Amino acid sequence: MSGLRLEGVRKEFVPGRPVLQDVDLSVASGDFVCVVGASGSGKSTLLGMVAGLVPPTAGRVLLDGREVSGPGPDRGLVFQTASLYPWRTVAQNVAFGLEALGLPRAARRERVRWLLDEVGLGHLAGALPGRLSGGQQQRVAIARALACAPRVLLLDEPFGALDVQTKEDMQLFVRQVWQDVTPTGERPTVVMVTHDTEEAVFLARRVVVLSSDPGRISQEIVIDLPGPRPLEIRRSAEFLRIRAEVEDLVRAEHRAHQARLAAAPT
Amino acid sequence: MTAAEAMPRQDIERAPAAEGPAPRRTRTTRPLTRSVSARTAWLLRCLSILVPLAAWQAVSASGRVDPAFLPSPSAVWAAGLDMAAGGELAADLAASLGRIAAGFGLAVLISVPLGFAMGTLGWAQPLLEPAVGILRYLPASAFIPLLIIWLGIGEASKVALLVLGVVFFNTLMTADAVRQVPRRLLEVSATLGASRPRVAARVVFPYALPGIIDAMRVNAAAAWNFVVVAELVAATSGLGYRITRAQRFLQTDRIFAILVVIGLIGLAIDVALRLLRARVGRWAR
Repeated sequence: MSGLRLEGVRKEFVPGRPVLQDVDLSVASGDFVCVVGASGSGKSTLLGMVAGLVPPTAGRVLLDGREVSGPGPDRGLVFQTASLYPWRTVAQNVAFGLEALGLPRAARRERVRWLLDEVGLGHLAGALPGRLSGGQQQRVAIARALACAPRVLLLDEPFGALDVQTKEDMQLFVRQVWQDVTPTGERPTVVMVTHDTEEAVFLARRVVVLSSDPGRISQEIVIDLPGPRPLEIRRSAEFLRIRAEVEDLVRAEHRAHQARLAAAPT
Repeated sequence: MTAAEAMPRQDIERAPAAEGPAPRRTRTTRPLTRSVSARTAWLLRCLSILVPLAAWQAVSASGRVDPAFLPSPSAVWAAGLDMAAGGELAADLAASLGRIAAGFGLAVLISVPLGFAMGTLGWAQPLLEPAVGILRYLPASAFIPLLIIWLGIGEASKVALLVLGVVFFNTLMTADAVRQVPRRLLEVSATLGASRPRVAARVVFPYALPGIIDAMRVNAAAAWNFVVVAELVAATSGLGYRITRAQRFLQTDRIFAILVVIGLIGLAIDVALRLLRARVGRWAR
């Protein structure tokens, strides 16, 4: 089958103390899913397992029916801090994955130029990352991940370190990237981890709420909002209703987590 | 400490009980800064050289110290010019620098790959660190007798001393520099499809290079020390040899002149490596 599937996934870093347990999740090809949950719910671990950086203790992660056994360019990853190569220019950063793929220089240059124009950084192609703002760095990181034309784009709290206005710009940018910026003409599947419920409801077509200790999928909510979403949609009654629903779920999980922490013998 | 404890006793007694003492003036604290203006910095740099020089001049001019023990700066300058004119200074300098090039070069060729492996490969660290860690604490100069027995009094034993003195420290410091590469950067590289050798060559090495050069700079100073030590013991050329010869004839002015030359060459090596690091690590600022 086409798309991303997690089957009975469990992760223990310390034996007997699962961080994630019984996680079953299907993401159709081209979908946009946001994973929200209280801190300690294993959101990032989940993403790490899809990326192939964290092997599951039990269960399987399948991409288009094939089991994920390690990291690869079909699953692009973007962290909260941009993690760019500081000695490489913006264009060279974006080209990194293409070099590893063995793309000839001319094709590389063409793909990088196209991507940088798409993400609005064409004028900074020759700059070093140290000169860029946080938002610009994140754009480069996303462009770098997209350069390899991944089937899945994994975003791990990518805007958590940005100021509110930049964050808003980046949210619109990610929606636009998901809809339009596809080197192969095929829309990537996006799985994004965030703790910002407004962001999750605004961006995703589906929001997955994780519970804590251990992390499990407690609820999946289909976001029934129209495709093109202007920023103003956040003030619509429908948006606010869905957001409140998600927020209540996350808060309930957070309270339960705090109560368990308080009750646990130290 | 509370504010009351910090205050002198009589202030508390004199203060109105209800409101507490009014502060006489606003107290400001200055953050700890580690920078001065460029002009002040240059002034301090000049003082750092000129003050000891002046003290030296003053002490030797006072006539309280026998010039055979402490020659005057001008006498040292003359002795230096004399040796330079005779050509022996250039020959000794060339001999010492040649040994540095061979010994330090060899040490770098061994230690950088070794340290790089220790910093990148999971098994190399536990395999190598205990051995290197112990060997590092054996003073290289204690090996001189052994090296002479093994390798004779020729060039080989001197080069070997330099290698012994530098290689272990530089290995551990290189490994440290390599380990500074953020885990996230390695993970991202893997998701971009880069193989492990590719990540080592294209990510770890460029990231660690400024740190590796820093380690070399620190250890170049050690190598420069060891070459003089090696030449003090058994040599027929080199700056260290020239010092022992001068000692035999009680030519302290010559010893001082050679010490000045050693210091200046060391400084030159340091500056050269600093410039190299600044060029390579431009992105790091």
